Amino acid sequence: MNQSAEVIGAEEIDPRFKYEISRVRGAENIMQCFQCGTCTAGCPVSRFSDFYRPKRIARMIQLGLKSRVLLDRHIWLCTTCYTCIDRCPQSVDIANVIRALRNISIKYTNSMPFVYKFLAETLLKTGELVYEIPGLLTKKRELSGLPPLPRGRPEVIAKIFEVTGLAELLKNVQVFEGVK
Amino acid sequence: MEKSKSKYLLFLGCAIPYRLPSYEISARKVLRALGVELVEMPEYNCCGLPIDPISHDAAMTLAARNLCIAEREGLDMVTLCNGCFGMLNKVNRMLKENKEERERVNEYLKSIDMEFRGSIEVKHMVHVLAEDVGFEKIRDHVKRPLTGLKVAQHPGCHLVRPRRIVGKDDPENPRILKDLISLTGAKCVDYMGENECCGATIVGVNETVPLYMAKRKFDHLIAAGAEMLITVCPYCHIMYDFNQPRIEGMFNTKIGIPVLHYPQLLGLALGFSPEELALNELRVKPTKLLNMFK
Repeated sequence: MNQSAEVIGAEEIDPRFKYEISRVRGAENIMQCFQCGTCTAGCPVSRFSDFYRPKRIARMIQLGLKSRVLLDRHIWLCTTCYTCIDRCPQSVDIANVIRALRNISIKYTNSMPFVYKFLAETLLKTGELVYEIPGLLTKKRELSGLPPLPRGRPEVIAKIFEVTGLAELLKNVQVFEGVK
Repeated sequence: MEKSKSKYLLFLGCAIPYRLPSYEISARKVLRALGVELVEMPEYNCCGLPIDPISHDAAMTLAARNLCIAEREGLDMVTLCNGCFGMLNKVNRMLKENKEERERVNEYLKSIDMEFRGSIEVKHMVHVLAEDVGFEKIRDHVKRPLTGLKVAQHPGCHLVRPRRIVGKDDPENPRILKDLISLTGAKCVDYMGENECCGATIVGVNETVPLYMAKRKFDHLIAAGAEMLITVCPYCHIMYDFNQPRIEGMFNTKIGIPVLHYPQLLGLALGFSPEELALNELRVKPTKLLNMFK
């Protein structure tokens, strides 16, 4: 990856973006990042991905590269292992910053990974779990002497999705499959 | 009123009933044998963690609903899944400590006639075993020490991180699961990257990176002489057991490391048979271990 040739145009920069991110709970300290690179050094994903670099994402936010960050699908590669949060000397909760970026990018791009839409819709359908338990497994639970699972409450989940805005978000959102 | 330290509401989550009844079966047997009473949740929903990437507010409200159900039952919760523990514990602590957040989530909860009060605690099975049952009692119950067995621990992420929120173990050098393993008589070896992530959470977005991460883990624990891997989370287990043939295929190599849920290992030491602990449901068969019980 040759990054030395990249030029950032002034028109690309949104100086308010860093404030937009620091208003999100958990992402408040993003401006304290001084680019030491501890997050990337300890990141298990960065070790095997050529593209995911938390330190770089933090700098892009500070610079105000809003579009670039929000269109960059590599933000979906964080495993949420929280190693970066534990080790950051500046108390930047970088995994929470990534979560904030994901939430915002869905609205900005009107798209999300297929898997998350699928899990959310299954939860809405079952009213309980993000997977549908096949009848055969329910039978097997019984035979193994396990107590039956309580019944789901789809109407309750629907209400939670509605009041938190997730229902609206899911309505017309596009999906994409893999991120390399 | 001090709540009972031996009675918990069991939060099963999604992955265990869907994919890993072996974990549930073995955990229920072992906890009962050690005097921990598990009460079924009258109803529950996904802990919220898989929804967090798309809507933080919806995820917190889903978690809070489970906490409210436990508050109504007047019991602390125990989870078998690291993800469920991490999410429920984090939201519980956040809503207890931060008035602004609590008011915001309670506003959402109003629509389903619930209110978070902050009267219960959330623990992982590992904490219940280490803190409430205690090492001494477990040691007293061991009938058949698994001497001669060399295993490796995989505590996983949300059991220990973030340190500021969990605060029960050293995330850089996790000890609790290792000590629990040692009680069974098996030797728990040290290896590089014991505290590293399994990668399961991003499998739905990218399969290659997690398979590399898992391969690296196997390389390190095999180098340290471990014959088995011990997990306490369904997602970690799926990554290392269910996906092991895929890792072998991708790297064109044989791994052959059985992956046991911790209560399966402990259960054997407590005197349960491999059948009672559903060892036959493991994808990578623990042949050497089973031979010890013939």
